[in-house]
Amino acid sequence: MRVSVASGKGGTGKTTVATNLAYVASLAGRTVAYVDCDVEEPNGHLFLKPNWLTRRPATRLVPCVDESKCTQCGRCGEVCQFSAIVPLGGKVLVYAELCHGCGGCTLVCPTGAIREEPRELGMLEMGWAQGVQFTHGVLNVGEAMCTPLIRQVKDAPPRTEVTVIDAPPGTSCPAIETVRGSDFVLMVTEATPFGLNDLRLAVEMVRCLGLPLGVVINRADTGNRHTWTYCGDQQIRILAEIPDDRRIAEAYSRGELAAMISPEYRDLFSKLLAELSKIAAVSPSSPLACESQAS
Amino acid sequence: MKELVVISGKGGTGKTSTTASLAVLAGRCVVADCDVDAADLHLVLSPKVLDRHDFYSGHQAVIREEDCSGCGACLAHCRFGAISSRAPAEELDGGLRAARYDCENCIVCRRSCPARANDMIHAMSVAMGVAGGGGFSVDPVACEGCGVCVNLCPEKAIDFRPRLCGEWFVSQTRCGTMVHAKLGIAQSNSGKLVSTVRQEARRAAEKQDVPMIIVDGPPGIGCPVIASVTGASMMLAVAEPTLSGEHDLKRVLQLARHFGIPSALCINKWDLNPDIAARIEAYCREQSVPLAGRIRYDRAFTHAQIQRQTVVEMSEDGVAADIRAVWAAVVAQLECGRAEVRA
Repeated sequence: MRVSVASGKGGTGKTTVATNLAYVASLAGRTVAYVDCDVEEPNGHLFLKPNWLTRRPATRLVPCVDESKCTQCGRCGEVCQFSAIVPLGGKVLVYAELCHGCGGCTLVCPTGAIREEPRELGMLEMGWAQGVQFTHGVLNVGEAMCTPLIRQVKDAPPRTEVTVIDAPPGTSCPAIETVRGSDFVLMVTEATPFGLNDLRLAVEMVRCLGLPLGVVINRADTGNRHTWTYCGDQQIRILAEIPDDRRIAEAYSRGELAAMISPEYRDLFSKLLAELSKIAAVSPSSPLACESQAS
Repeated sequence: MKELVVISGKGGTGKTSTTASLAVLAGRCVVADCDVDAADLHLVLSPKVLDRHDFYSGHQAVIREEDCSGCGACLAHCRFGAISSRAPAEELDGGLRAARYDCENCIVCRRSCPARANDMIHAMSVAMGVAGGGGFSVDPVACEGCGVCVNLCPEKAIDFRPRLCGEWFVSQTRCGTMVHAKLGIAQSNSGKLVSTVRQEARRAAEKQDVPMIIVDGPPGIGCPVIASVTGASMMLAVAEPTLSGEHDLKRVLQLARHFGIPSALCINKWDLNPDIAARIEAYCREQSVPLAGRIRYDRAFTHAQIQRQTVVEMSEDGVAADIRAVWAAVVAQLECGRAEVRA
């Protein structure tokens, strides 16, 4: 069972839900992997506190030009859609930070003057925490493109009974890359106008990918009831409600797991895990074609 | 003209509520919402849309089924997993299925092969029976718009259409002009849309001779954040006193330093954990990042949001006074700094 924990809005409690779910799954004796795909701002390690076992640089391929073989034909510059390779005044300039790594320039170069070389974009770290196989990626500061790192982080851990994927906020490329291939997407929201607005956007994105989803409402007793109405109208199941509890907020601020400090939250997350297992058992994901947004 | 960008690293620390309050306090300014994939500022500033524009960025490959010979060149060369065969899996040759699903895309072959690697991979996939396997299609969400398949298709059966990625708006609010955007569902290119929003905000400020642009930035430190902060006069980082807030703030301040942008710190909900708040302040002192102010934890923040108001419009003291102090500090820092921006 691969569950992605996502949300449109940041700070709704994704990491809280994901780390606690992984922890209770491990308590229940299942083999669990926790994968933090929020490579821009990874936080899961602050709560699960893993013992690191491996750490290696994550790379992506960018072109490297052998000037002695280059004939200045300019084909590489024509094919690149991202202005990452520019033949200019007898030289070929490579802007590695703009490169998407499609390999187009290498393919069209008639003299084989372009080869691809790895460029470091961040670190991939793995370890063990509370019986949970822990993986996360840390994007280098100043690096713009995070999807290649997310792809590698997602693929790194071994197969386990339960895989909990902590997604980055938003509804754009990093979030899409993270949730793609999951069996189920758990959307964490809060009952405020901002929370609801961003939940709507995120639900549209997940539906476009054809993935089944459910909602967890965090700080459920603040704000208003519009989120419940929305979920009812859209026939989205609310799988858990977490109250606005100062104890939880303070435990969070210190990097403690709610399920570890209070039996009542351990029950809440165990129930959520049971619900998810039930859903995963009956409904294999059914990909629906996404109508092209452009048309 | 000065451009202030409100940023946080971690999401949900109160960027948007703070931005809206600062815009109200500024009185006369241009507001830009650069969190284009989860925009919320419009929920507080209730903009009246004056102009809307389609935002096209990049291209999208579309295979014309009637012209596709099924050679598989597109499948063999796409690095984004965007090409799939329409032929039902059971009709595909067993060898091909095994090859496609066993391949873990480790790219060792491509990286190490001294010959023209992709041609070899192509030859292998053709030999395994991709050829004649039937129509291929492009997944619009996975397509990166690199055009490799378009270039390589021997039948020239792939169109390369401009991609409609979203919309951007110029609107009127009670604080002045607002430029904002909405990214299309499951669309990418948010960095370019952010650049468009900022550019239009500068143009509007120039035209109206408004001295101040206030930008609501996205969370994180990646492409849309970089697009939001580069070249700005000043960055105000809104942090919360939690372990994750502290961790994420450090990364976003590193980013500011990397791009040479002057920054200031504002701690929201500081009384939630005064010890961590003090630690964050000490860190910022060490880094010569001035403290613009502390905002106390108060549910008035959320209540104002539900009323589509800012907290500074609803009261004078308490949390509203905290934000006024932050604004005064920001103005002072902007005035002694020299970074002017131009449209």
